[in-house]
Amino acid sequence: MTRTLAVVSAGLSVPSSTRLLADRLTDATVTALAERGVEVRPEVVELREHARDLADHLVTGFPNAALRPVLDTVAGADALIAVTPIFSASYSGLFKTFVDVLDREALTGTPVLLGATAGSARHQLALDHALRPLFAYLHATVVPTGVFAAAEDWGASGASRELGDRITRAAGELADLVAGRSPTGRATDPFADPTPFEALLRGEA
Amino acid sequence: MQFGVFSVSDITPDPTTGRTPTEAERLQAVLRIAEKTEEVGLDVFALGEHHNPPFFSSSPTTTLAWIAARTQRLQLSTATTLITTNDPVKIAEDYAMLQHLAGGRVDLTLGRGNTGPVYPWFGQDIRQGIPLAIENYALLRRLWDSDVVDWEGRFRTPLQGFTSTPRPLDGVPPFVWHGSIRSPEIAEQAAYYGDGFFHNHIFWPADHTRRMVDFYRRRFEHYGHGDADRAIVGLGGQVFMRKNSQDAIREFRPYFDEAPVYGHGPSLEDFARETPLTVGSPQQVIDRTLGFREYVGDYQRQLFLVDHAGLPLKTVLEQLDILGEDVVPVLRREFAARKPAHVPDAPTHASLVAARDEALSQQTQQTQQEVTV
Repeated sequence: MTRTLAVVSAGLSVPSSTRLLADRLTDATVTALAERGVEVRPEVVELREHARDLADHLVTGFPNAALRPVLDTVAGADALIAVTPIFSASYSGLFKTFVDVLDREALTGTPVLLGATAGSARHQLALDHALRPLFAYLHATVVPTGVFAAAEDWGASGASRELGDRITRAAGELADLVAGRSPTGRATDPFADPTPFEALLRGEA
Repeated sequence: MQFGVFSVSDITPDPTTGRTPTEAERLQAVLRIAEKTEEVGLDVFALGEHHNPPFFSSSPTTTLAWIAARTQRLQLSTATTLITTNDPVKIAEDYAMLQHLAGGRVDLTLGRGNTGPVYPWFGQDIRQGIPLAIENYALLRRLWDSDVVDWEGRFRTPLQGFTSTPRPLDGVPPFVWHGSIRSPEIAEQAAYYGDGFFHNHIFWPADHTRRMVDFYRRRFEHYGHGDADRAIVGLGGQVFMRKNSQDAIREFRPYFDEAPVYGHGPSLEDFARETPLTVGSPQQVIDRTLGFREYVGDYQRQLFLVDHAGLPLKTVLEQLDILGEDVVPVLRREFAARKPAHVPDAPTHASLVAARDEALSQQTQQTQQEVTV
């Protein structure tokens, strides 16, 4: 059965280095999964295209018709690659808004690979002190290697090779997690399996 | 089918003038709106309950009693009565009082309330919202259905030999609707008791309402109250009308853009597409409203929100005129033509008394037969 790999990129410029990193991570993960005999279909979400939908969701409390399938894709995915630019020492506001409107249970147990980009390598700890705790809160299973790419990683030959190595290692970790699990088939319908009222009356909510 | 309006009692500045009505003005306006609801031939007026500004309606039964005294036919209801932060004993008393004063023209819609700070003001905790709604309603039912109640629960002091007074009019308590936007537990509660389920149907897309009502109907049948299509469903809805739809959009837009709940978010056009909001001609409102039954089935009560977001009283009264003259007569005819005969109407005091009497006489016949045998 083909697995689903959700890829969320919070880059703002076009083209963006955040998307570039997301694509490299995606390709590496697809390859690593293929080596493990697992077929996977990436579903890429560009948050920039949903910036207004996300703001509307904050105000109205529900996802509009454009945003709903995106939230369903992420909640139902077998794995997630999430990449954000680092702004003011943390994930971008757009990225956090997306996380804020996800169902609380949407990523419980989901294998997640985290990536971040910034203009300077001085931001790289944001991956570990901002992104990692956020996904720990969501009960996601985050792979040990997070991939940070600063401006210099895209150019200098030595740095660029190191980036490639980190991407390969992180993708391998994600692929190991996905290959070791059965497909999710996560139930997203809150009305499918009701708590019988007798149980509610007994205080078993 | 019943048609009416519901008001949440918000005090909101009129964005076109910047003027905020006083509490006294808003309260008087709502009384006038309720009277007008009957004058234009609508059936139901429902009022919200809130305990924090910018709302004024802390005591809906007081207001509804005044309205009852000034009207003849109007069914009085709430949108909603807080089952979480009110003592169920006080709800049992207040609504039985109102029922007597209004000659039975009373039902109520229970809701949880979603404002965190309100709960501790009444000694409660919003995190217990669902358990409070479940326990408090179980007690409310006991207080209305039994003359003497011994009771002990988690959330209030125990009762020993307590009789809530006055007893419900003719021994039949007011009909209860359970309102919830998104909690399956509340739809489950409505289904379990065979009560009505009301969906606000304003803030969320139609597809969500469809799933929630469908769930309630399935569970209503599961609990043995009859086929799913006999369950009692009420919907909200939000409209603004002018003869010419472009005039309606132009006039309503500033109110929409500044509205307390969804303002400063989606455009009016986006929100009208995503939710049941209809801003346009009376015919557009008729067409959209008739479409509701295609996704919730044949239902019993349609309430419109027309009084909110700073709209001036004069405008609200004009909206009621349009509803009464151009919209509701057509809806009555068209809904009636589509409704199968076995789908019941919304319960009223008279129908509940008749149902109770019939059940009693069947019981008596059965007992007599047993005695004869």
